[in-house]
Amino acid sequence: MQKLGFILKRLLKAVAVLFAIVVLNFFLIRAAPGDPAQVMAGEAGAADAKFIEQLREQFGLDKPLHEQLAIYVGDIVTLDLGWSYRQNEPVSKLVFERLPATLLLTGTAFVISIALGLLFGAIAARRVGTLTDTAVTSFALIFYATPLFWVALMAILLFSVVLGWLPAYGMETVGAHLTGLAYAADVAEHLVLPALTLGLFFMAVYARLTRSSMLEVADMDFVKTARAKGVAPGRITRVHVLRNAVLPVITLAGIQAGQLVGGAVLTETVFAWPGIGRLMYDALFQRDYNLLLGIFFVSSAMVLLFNLITDVVYTFIDPRIELK
Amino acid sequence: MVQTTRRTVLAGMAASGAILAIGVPEVSAATPKRGGTLNVVIQPEPPGLMLGITQNGPTQMVAGNIYESLLKYDFNLKPVPSLAKSWEISDDGKVYTFHLKQGVTWHDGKPFTAADVVFSADVFLRQTNARLRVSLEHVDKIEALDDHTVRFSLKEPFGPFIGVFEGGTMPMVPKHIYEGTDFKTNPMNATPIGTGPFKFDKWEKGSYIHLVRNEHYHVPGQPYLDEVYWQVIPDAASRAVAYETGKVDVLPGGSVENFDVKRLTALKNTSVTGKGWEFFAPLAWMWINNREGPLSDKRFRQAIMYAIDRNFAKDVIWNGLGKVPTGPVSSKTRFYSDDVEKYPYDTAKAKALLKEIGYDGKPIRLLPLPYGETWQRWGEAVKQNLNDAGINVEMVATDVAGWNQKISDWDYDLAFTYLYQYGDPALGVARTYVSTNIAKGSPWNNVEGYKNPKVDELFDKAAVAFPDAERQKLYDEVQKIIVEDVPVAWLLEIEFPTIYRSDVKNLVTTAIGVNDGLGGAWLDR
Repeated sequence: MQKLGFILKRLLKAVAVLFAIVVLNFFLIRAAPGDPAQVMAGEAGAADAKFIEQLREQFGLDKPLHEQLAIYVGDIVTLDLGWSYRQNEPVSKLVFERLPATLLLTGTAFVISIALGLLFGAIAARRVGTLTDTAVTSFALIFYATPLFWVALMAILLFSVVLGWLPAYGMETVGAHLTGLAYAADVAEHLVLPALTLGLFFMAVYARLTRSSMLEVADMDFVKTARAKGVAPGRITRVHVLRNAVLPVITLAGIQAGQLVGGAVLTETVFAWPGIGRLMYDALFQRDYNLLLGIFFVSSAMVLLFNLITDVVYTFIDPRIELK
Repeated sequence: MVQTTRRTVLAGMAASGAILAIGVPEVSAATPKRGGTLNVVIQPEPPGLMLGITQNGPTQMVAGNIYESLLKYDFNLKPVPSLAKSWEISDDGKVYTFHLKQGVTWHDGKPFTAADVVFSADVFLRQTNARLRVSLEHVDKIEALDDHTVRFSLKEPFGPFIGVFEGGTMPMVPKHIYEGTDFKTNPMNATPIGTGPFKFDKWEKGSYIHLVRNEHYHVPGQPYLDEVYWQVIPDAASRAVAYETGKVDVLPGGSVENFDVKRLTALKNTSVTGKGWEFFAPLAWMWINNREGPLSDKRFRQAIMYAIDRNFAKDVIWNGLGKVPTGPVSSKTRFYSDDVEKYPYDTAKAKALLKEIGYDGKPIRLLPLPYGETWQRWGEAVKQNLNDAGINVEMVATDVAGWNQKISDWDYDLAFTYLYQYGDPALGVARTYVSTNIAKGSPWNNVEGYKNPKVDELFDKAAVAFPDAERQKLYDEVQKIIVEDVPVAWLLEIEFPTIYRSDVKNLVTTAIGVNDGLGGAWLDR
């Protein structure tokens, strides 16, 4: 009951924050130089004043700013994300047709990074000071420090061009017309490289975080007590140390989860993955205001949602934390 | 015209031996083989495929297979039949009569008739296509004389008119689908219906566009291919990999970074061509803000021309493709004249001119074109040239939309750009130099602020002069004046390389290259 009240209160707060974000984004994007009518006119190779005027009128850019804002906020309140004039389609359709691809990629990367990050972090912590520990921390540092796009390009060169094991780009084999299991297998094959590349960075972060946090907890009195009582070492690691050490990892996971929808612009671009990150990137360069704002809206909503979920998850992992 | 985000990039290779051996695309005499799938890169992903509504590069490249116009143009810009089998121009140059092919059908089976032509030109495109609208101002009326004859009557002779029947300028759209509807929101825009060699099948956004063979196409035997996949691959390096690993067969102009061109063309079974740009004739230049400061002095602008090593850019940055221009008109465009002042690379001469003016080293801002690495590095090369001559240049960084705005607001000193010429100086050249075209708010008009009444007069006369010999005389004179005045610094007649497997035959056969559809293309496999 107390939890429910908390969640409701947080939801209300989240809505207020979301509203503030919408307004802020609205102004932020219009503060950027350039406007969509000019970009489109340029692409059309023609720009009599009439053409640009037509476009501006169509986009509603000829109205005063406060009127544009009122219209936009009014639409958002009714969950209408507006119309992408450039693509001539509703923003919600454009966003939601890209959502599955992005969630598949970021979700897989998320699971990989948490699972492997915790595993390697725990291994390193248990064998602190050994060769294994050094290996794990070194690799974690390398993956943490290497730019994602470079890792991606190298992975493509090695696994696609040189070895020919995995497809280099895309989400499916174009023109293969696969169905059912064969299709799933095809997508899975295409998923390996981008998901691993994207997962590597967070895996490195989780591994380092888990290791240091476990080492810290391992020094605490209750662990010594457990050891003195003769609890099996494996059980100490899992139940006493890991469970307590995992809180900062959850915090970070919450942050990463919030970014799931925002997509991974770099990874999606290098691997030609048809997700939201690329949609956002294109929209930015073309100053497709409504589309960009729509993507921002959906991803901010996700961040807020996952913050909330993280807070609730805390209480399950550590009952000492109370919700207020 | 400039396509945003068309990323074409710089060559990092040394000047020596960087020049490619370019073949004229061979028009195969062998009997074409039927069947097969062609995979082509499309970059960037088009915003839509309804060519009558969206007129940008990638849209035309894909939709050029779906939609057609009355004519096509060969490499010398000579009109050849497409939907019109023949045509006549009256002796006074004012009446154009087109005889349409019989038995042409839209992809939904309805017949294509003269009524569609009148609807497309007079109703639909007048509303949606700014580029055509300019030319249609010279047209008095468009009538269907019968089901297969259309007559365009002009108010006065307008020489460029024979050039507006290109697929992207005047695509034929189906009257039975669009008449009486709101063109831009018509749901049929998502499933375009044309008369072209390929029919729209599927668009997996962010991944690919699939076109299939139009079995009722009006050219006997064509198309030879069963299907075409246009693959959307946003990263230039990944596009190169896609070609290397055999996933795509054709890299249209501008789809890979220029420094990859040499490596890719060295691959087995690979050809490259710079043909297929004759109609657009993209000409790159540097805007010079003529309005104030040292740049308002003609001698300073001439010094800029002498200071730039334009051959270096051609040979190194563009792999030897293209041609160093002599002035405002591309050598591929009609009425070109090379009887003009020449500006060879001559740093000493540039320095002498600067000294004569007494240039005080005032910093000059340079805005490169934010279309990727090629343009960035080209900007750096020019900056270095200008520095060598003693001009103090500062680079300004921006993105495409910011670049558009800075140019439109005249907030620059020097700025890179490239524009299309559309075959005729009246369409693609005059707009940059006539003073009536000075207006804030567009990056595509006379943004340099060049004013010369004589030039205005000559361009105005030349557009409507008749016959062509008369036009040539006027254009000869105007080119001479402009080149002397250097309102902008002409850099390169660009030829974007099309890279393709050598066993893809008849890929580039007209002046707009791959944009004219793949009806005649076939696979020798």
